[in-house]
Amino acid sequence: MAKGLRFLRRHPVILFGLVVILVAVAVALAAPYLLPDPKAINPIYRLRPPGEAFWFGTDHLGRSILSRSLHGTRVSLAVGIMVAVVVIIAGVTVGLLSGFLRRFDSLMMRVMDGIMAIPGVLLAIALMSLFGSSLQNVVIAISIPEIPRMARLVRSAVLSIREQPYIDAAVTNGTRLPRLLFCHVLPNTMAPVLVQATYVFASAMILEAVLSFLGAGTPPEVASWGNMMAEGRQYLQRAPWMAAFPGVFLAFLVLTVNVVGDAMRDVLDPRLAGKLK
Amino acid sequence: MTGYLARRLLATIPVLGLVAVFVFLLLQMTPGDPAVVIAGDYATTQQIEAIRQQLGLDRPMLEQLMSWLGRIMQGDLGHSIFSRLPVSSLIAQRIEPTLVLTLFTVVLSIAFALPLGVLAAYRAGSWVDRAVMGFAVLGFSTPVFVVGFLLVYVFALGLEWFPTQGYVPLADGLFGCLRSLTLPAVTLALLYAALLARVTRASMLEVLAEDYVRTAHAKGLAPQPVLIGHALKNAAVPIVTVIGVGIAALLGGVVVTETVFNIPGLGRLTADAIMRRDYPVVQGLILLFAAVYVFVNLLVDLSYLLFDPRIRL
Repeated sequence: MAKGLRFLRRHPVILFGLVVILVAVAVALAAPYLLPDPKAINPIYRLRPPGEAFWFGTDHLGRSILSRSLHGTRVSLAVGIMVAVVVIIAGVTVGLLSGFLRRFDSLMMRVMDGIMAIPGVLLAIALMSLFGSSLQNVVIAISIPEIPRMARLVRSAVLSIREQPYIDAAVTNGTRLPRLLFCHVLPNTMAPVLVQATYVFASAMILEAVLSFLGAGTPPEVASWGNMMAEGRQYLQRAPWMAAFPGVFLAFLVLTVNVVGDAMRDVLDPRLAGKLK
Repeated sequence: MTGYLARRLLATIPVLGLVAVFVFLLLQMTPGDPAVVIAGDYATTQQIEAIRQQLGLDRPMLEQLMSWLGRIMQGDLGHSIFSRLPVSSLIAQRIEPTLVLTLFTVVLSIAFALPLGVLAAYRAGSWVDRAVMGFAVLGFSTPVFVVGFLLVYVFALGLEWFPTQGYVPLADGLFGCLRSLTLPAVTLALLYAALLARVTRASMLEVLAEDYVRTAHAKGLAPQPVLIGHALKNAAVPIVTVIGVGIAALLGGVVVTETVFNIPGLGRLTADAIMRRDYPVVQGLILLFAAVYVFVNLLVDLSYLLFDPRIRL
């Protein structure tokens, strides 16, 4: 704990970024209790500019943009975190096994090449159009195109780790494969995996917004930033605040996560600087 | 050289074959009956049956796969469920705007990112460096449509320099065409240029620490020839690699940008086809995009020979 605090004091950028992310999480958790219903339609107050009654203005149905923007934090963070977890689990599993099992490796890496050749956005919308829109499907559709890069990263780390003397020593001692992978190899791949996970987190939030924007993401009644921007598109001239607030929130949150990722990468492994991503 | 080229071309076949199988399986993975999903919520039993027949979904799966692979090898991508036109002619109709847009974007990105990246590396640690790196993080943190909206708001609605949306075909004059694509290209270029500037800086930093760069400086060469002639040429391999890998992000961005700016290109075709569940069109487009990606990366691999004579075939 004390070590963690000292680490944060030495790296103010990471500290600042984590504070911003924690604030976003707090907002996401508190939004339903603090704010009026984001779905409350109020036709008398349509397209009001930001002012005293509605700090961020209202949309074409008279719904509060403030309330909807803050509720949108829930969707983005939930998708970002869940995708990061799914990608870590799947990517690390595939990467670890490919690094150690030759036959599995040649098959798996071809499959990964195939997925990587399809633009991620395209693959995700294609999956969404077939699965139907729900939060769970959004997470699956975004995770699939992100897995290959994580798997390749873990695999390349494993390939260099398996040449280390301590692995030979463990094998000589008669350590079985599962124990070898989990106790000796896995912990040593964690630094690049964590850094890559922050990038996955950031790009998952963007991709979620893109999917919702194109109408293939979260269901339209959910207040997500992508949905809000899609609605704001028709009113860009009359009510620019409709698209502006969710856009700024999204860009700011993604920027923060990316900056934390960069800072962590520089700290954890200076040699990686500029090579990842 | 020809042998190498032939081998590399052959090596693209398994990747594209995998994509083809994957695209095929995508439809089979649908929860429930694919024909019902494609037909939509208001379809009659006859319509569902017609789609099932057209896509051959009533036949055994292995037979379907074989006939799908056989057809695409002959260049037959099937027919659109929605407009009944052949997918290949739909693609041919819509390819021009996308081609012009992506080329414009790539040229714009390289023209911006390379000098910025080189400058940032040359003045590493200075405010120039920080500004360029700040721009880079901002570039790939800002979603494509956020940038698009901002540019439309300022330059189209506000200053009225550019049209808010639409596309002027090349046949109506190059200037009008490029003017209609300027905002979309800048929107797309921001992401791509950010990636490029970053890798250019990183690669240049490594090369600038080499002995031959110090020698070049020491023998009195001006900074510019050293940076461009000695350093940049040797830093080129990672940069072109990212140009190739970034094509995937670029093609994905095209789908969003063309929707934001209402450009009748392949990206719009994709978005529309997906919304209408026009599955043959979606399959054809995914295959096309993957083929472009694989082919561009093949060109990138070949370009290594140009930049680094140590790489032998």
